Amino acid sequence: MTDAPPPPPAPPETPAWRLVSTLAVAGTLAGLLLVFVYQATAQPIAAHKAKMLRLAIQEVLGGPERYDTLYLVDGKFTGLPEGAKERDFERVFLGYGEDGRPVGFAIEADGPGFQDTLKLIFGYDAATKRILGMKVLESKETPGLGDKIEKDREWIDQFRRAVAPLVPRKPGSTKGGESGVDTITGSTISTKAVIKIINAALEDLGPAVEAYPAGEAKR
Amino acid sequence: MRKTTPGQDFSRGIWRENPVLIHMLGLCPALAVTNTVENSLAMGLATFFVLCGSSLLVSLCRGFIPNEVRISTFILIIATFVTIADMSLEAIVPTVHKALGAFIALIVVNCMILGRQEAFASKRPVGRAMLDAVGTGFGFIVALFLMGAVREVLGSGTFLGYSLFGPSYEPWVVMILPPGGFLTLGFLLMAISYVQRRRAQRREDETEGEVVARERAA
Repeated sequence: MTDAPPPPPAPPETPAWRLVSTLAVAGTLAGLLLVFVYQATAQPIAAHKAKMLRLAIQEVLGGPERYDTLYLVDGKFTGLPEGAKERDFERVFLGYGEDGRPVGFAIEADGPGFQDTLKLIFGYDAATKRILGMKVLESKETPGLGDKIEKDREWIDQFRRAVAPLVPRKPGSTKGGESGVDTITGSTISTKAVIKIINAALEDLGPAVEAYPAGEAKR
Repeated sequence: MRKTTPGQDFSRGIWRENPVLIHMLGLCPALAVTNTVENSLAMGLATFFVLCGSSLLVSLCRGFIPNEVRISTFILIIATFVTIADMSLEAIVPTVHKALGAFIALIVVNCMILGRQEAFASKRPVGRAMLDAVGTGFGFIVALFLMGAVREVLGSGTFLGYSLFGPSYEPWVVMILPPGGFLTLGFLLMAISYVQRRRAQRREDETEGEVVARERAA
């Protein structure tokens, strides 16, 4: 690798059609190969993503019997309009308990964390304005410090039954009453980011969630 | 072209011309994803696969690829194998794929791989090219494994996820953060350069000793 060969005598020029056809053939073969690999792997990849989402919804809604996916269309949550693409709309998941009554909404949200965008999902009971649970889906927070937002069970459990909008507070303080969530020393930015993301998502989607008919029919 | 034996083609990449530890190629993944042994091995294996696949194909097609478009063709071949590795990892081991993130796609720009195509595989028969690719790829895995083992053991107190020192161990968090990558690489390079210098010194002493012995005999 290190010893450079002496410059070769100028080779005869290759005709342009050969250059183009070489690249075209190589590109076509590569494309075809990738189509096969994509088709073989698309299904397991999608299945895994769906499974992770299902587990997350189960966790933040406290194990609902089943759940529906609702899409935000013109400021209201409904089923998916016919012929529309799923990814064009914001969505939430409405979980139902064993008795068939709604237990709450699971809402995905993201926002800036300490290192990179944080993605999380949380459960929300529109009638009592209580958070039901929180789970971080994606984060690149500092290992050992910021990643406590994913790993510190005690901290995560604080979100259960906390009343929105959440108020960050120092451990030991009673600020915010039922809305207060303790921050963690050493992960102040990450813990506050989680609270901020949840509050922002509720400010954004809260009215539509609360207006959803099933939410009223429940009580 | 330097003449080499098949054995040399294979063993060269593992130690004497180790891509990471001697040539300092592919340092980006070596620093970025070696915070656990598992990630290091996954990254090493993915790169190994891409390197072997590309070398095989480049060596097979070396007669057809015009000189003017060789680099573009090599990159195309490498990119194809990287995409295959990316999709397969996501389908088979999604958690590892998530941990490695963008660094799998970035194997495309690992200059170690393009370097082997340009300097070796495009000029040798398939067998030799494969020996070289396997050796170099294995050397890459070894280097990443060393980095990952040091960083995980010190930074998390675990090896492949198994706790080594019990709950009383206070992990050196810095070792699994980016500075830990640089520290580990620095100390590894220091150790290697020490070993190399010792060997060179010993060889020198031996030759000197022979000369003295010969003079005495005379």
